Amino acid sequence: MKFPIRLLAGLALSVSALAAQAADITGAGATFPFPIYAKWAEAYKKETGNGLNYQSIGSSGGIRQIRAKTVTFGATDAPVKGEELDRDGMVQFPAIIGGTVPVVNLDGFKPGELRVTGPVLAEMFMGTISKWNDAKLAALNPGKKLPDTAITVVHRADGSGTTFNFTDYLTAVSKDWADKVGKGAAVKWPAATSVGGKGNEGVAANVGRVKGSIGYVEYAYVKRNNMTFLQMQNAEGKYVSPDDLTFAAAAAGADWFSVPGMGVSMVNAKGANSWPISTASFILMYKEPADKAASGEALKFFDWAFKNGKAMAAELDYVPLPDSLTEAIRGKVWSQIKR
Amino acid sequence: MSSISPAPALPSADDDSNRRISIARRQRVQDVIFHRLTQAFSLIVLLALLGIILSLLINAWPTFRKFGIDFIWTAEWDIINEEFGALIAIVGTLLSAGIAMLIAVPLAFGIALFLTETCPVWLRRPLGVSIELLAAVPSIIYGMFGLFVFAPLFATWFQAPVKEIAGGMPIIGSLFGGATNGLGILAAGIILAFMVLPFVAAVMRDVFEIVPQILRESAYGMGCTTFEVVRKVVLPYTQKGVIGGVMLGLGRALGETMAVTFVIGNANRMPTSLFSPGTSIASTLANEFGEAADFHLSTLFALGLLLFLITFIVLGLAKVLILRAEKSKGI
Repeated sequence: MKFPIRLLAGLALSVSALAAQAADITGAGATFPFPIYAKWAEAYKKETGNGLNYQSIGSSGGIRQIRAKTVTFGATDAPVKGEELDRDGMVQFPAIIGGTVPVVNLDGFKPGELRVTGPVLAEMFMGTISKWNDAKLAALNPGKKLPDTAITVVHRADGSGTTFNFTDYLTAVSKDWADKVGKGAAVKWPAATSVGGKGNEGVAANVGRVKGSIGYVEYAYVKRNNMTFLQMQNAEGKYVSPDDLTFAAAAAGADWFSVPGMGVSMVNAKGANSWPISTASFILMYKEPADKAASGEALKFFDWAFKNGKAMAAELDYVPLPDSLTEAIRGKVWSQIKR
Repeated sequence: MSSISPAPALPSADDDSNRRISIARRQRVQDVIFHRLTQAFSLIVLLALLGIILSLLINAWPTFRKFGIDFIWTAEWDIINEEFGALIAIVGTLLSAGIAMLIAVPLAFGIALFLTETCPVWLRRPLGVSIELLAAVPSIIYGMFGLFVFAPLFATWFQAPVKEIAGGMPIIGSLFGGATNGLGILAAGIILAFMVLPFVAAVMRDVFEIVPQILRESAYGMGCTTFEVVRKVVLPYTQKGVIGGVMLGLGRALGETMAVTFVIGNANRMPTSLFSPGTSIASTLANEFGEAADFHLSTLFALGLLLFLITFIVLGLAKVLILRAEKSKGI
C-alpha cells in the first residue's frame, strides 16, 4: 500500500504546483520583447510576489494563443489590423519600442562608417546590387575604398517580427520591393545569394562568419556583439546611427491613435533624428475577458512596468514608452477592458 | 469410526487436485491479463500512429485541396502570396540525406569491420565506447559545431579550392558553382554524415559480432584472407542487419532537424549546385512553425505528412530489399 500513497503524495504535490502557477499572469508571443518582459517579471515578482509566465513562441503563435484564450495576453511585433481586433473583441497597445539594424561583415570598416539609403538597401536585398564596390554604394560613401566582394544577403529563416519590420521599411522606400516581394513575417527573398539564419543569433552568427555579408538584427544584438552596422538615411534625408535616442525620436513622431488598435507603422518616420527602421511591440487583450481577475493582474503588471521599468528597458537597449503615451494607453485603451 | 477414517483421505486427494486446478486457473487468468495488458500497450503505439496520420491529414487538407497532387512537384515557396510547393524542400531533404549516406556508409563499414575483425583487443573497448558516445551527442551540438567550426573551414579549405579547380569544367563545374560561404546542401550532407555515422557503425559492429566464431575460424582455417572472410562469410551472414543499420541511419538523416537547420542555408530556392543553400522539410518546419498561421500552417502540416510518407517509403524499400536478399539465398 506504500506505492499508491506515494503516488497520491506526488499527485497532490503536482496539483499544488499547478495551483501556484495558476496565480501567475500568463502571456505568450513575440520573441523580440522577451528579454525585457522577463526582466520586468523578475523585478515585479520580487516586489509583489506575483509571477509572469511568458512564453516567447513568436508573434503569430501569440495571436493564436490569445484567440484560443489559453493566455491572458498575447504579444505581437506586427500589429493586428483594427477590423480583426473588433471582430475578436480585443484591444491592442504598444509596450516597448526597439529598432532593426542592417549589419555587415566587411574588413576595415568601423561600425557606422558606411552609409546607405533605403532604396539602395532595398536593391542590395533584391540582389540587383551584387558587389560592394557598386557605383551606387560608392556614390553614397565618397572617399571609402569599398572592396570588390560579392554581397551575401543574410535573412531570418524563421518567421519574425524583425523581418516584418525590415520588409515593412523596404516596402515603404522601394516600389520595386513592394511590387515583387512585399512585407511579412517571412518573405520570398529574391537575392540569388541569400542564406537564412534561425533567430537574431542565427543571423548574427552568419553575418559574423560570411565575408561580404549583409543582414538585419535587433539593435540589442548589434550592441552586444559590437557588430558593424550601417548608417541609414531617414525620411528627412539625414544619416543617423541606431540607438535609443533615434528610436525614441521615431516613436515621438508617431500619431498612435490615428490607426485603430494603435498599429502605427514607425518605419521611415518623420523627424530629423528618427531611425527609419523602428518598431513597437504590441500586447493583445480581450475587452471582456473570461477571467477578469487574471486580466486585471496583467494590467497591473504593465502599469507597474510602465512606471518602474524604464531603467531596466534602457539597460537592455529597448526604448520605454514616453509618459504621455502610457497615460493615453491607460485612459483610452485599458478603460475598454472590463475589470 | 471406520466411516470417518477414509473420509479425510478422499477430500485430501480431492483438495490436492482442486488446489492444482485453482492454481492452474489462476495462472491462466494471470496469463490472459498479462496478454491483454501487453496487447493494450502495443495497441497504444498503433493508436498514436493512427492519430498522428489522421491529425496530419486533417490539418494538411486545405493545402492538398487547393494545390492537389501538384503540391509535391511545384518548386515555389511564397508565404505572402500563399503559393506553396514542396519540391524545394523534398529535393533538399533527399539530397542532403543521400550525400550523408554516401559518406557515412562506407566509413561505418570500415569502422565496424576494423572493430570486429582486425582491431587489437585492448583498443576495442575504448573505440567502441567512443562511437557510442558520439551517437549520444545531441543534434544541436552537431549543428553548432557545423555552423561555427566546420562551415568556415569548409568554405576556405574545400569550397574555394574546389571551385577554383573544378568550377571551370563542363558538367562537374556546375556542381561546384555558386557562393562559397560554407553553408549549403553539401555542408548539411557532411554534418549529417557525422551524425549518422556512429549509429550505422554501432549497429554494423553489433551484427558483425554475432557471426559465429566457428564460421570465421573455418574460413581462416581454409586459408582465407581477412578480406575474403569479410566478403564471403561475414557480409552474407549479416546482410539483413547491415541493411537495417543503413536504413536506421537514413531514417535519422531524413528527419534530422536542428543540425540541418544550422548549416543548410535555409533558402527556399531550388539548389543549383552542391554549394548552393537550400532547405529540407524538417528544417522548414523548425524554422517556420512558430510564426505560421492559417494556410501557411496547413502547408507545413502537408510537408510533415510528406516527410512521414518519404520515411515510410524508405522503410518499405528496406523491407523489400531484405526479403529479396533472403529469397535469393533460399532461406
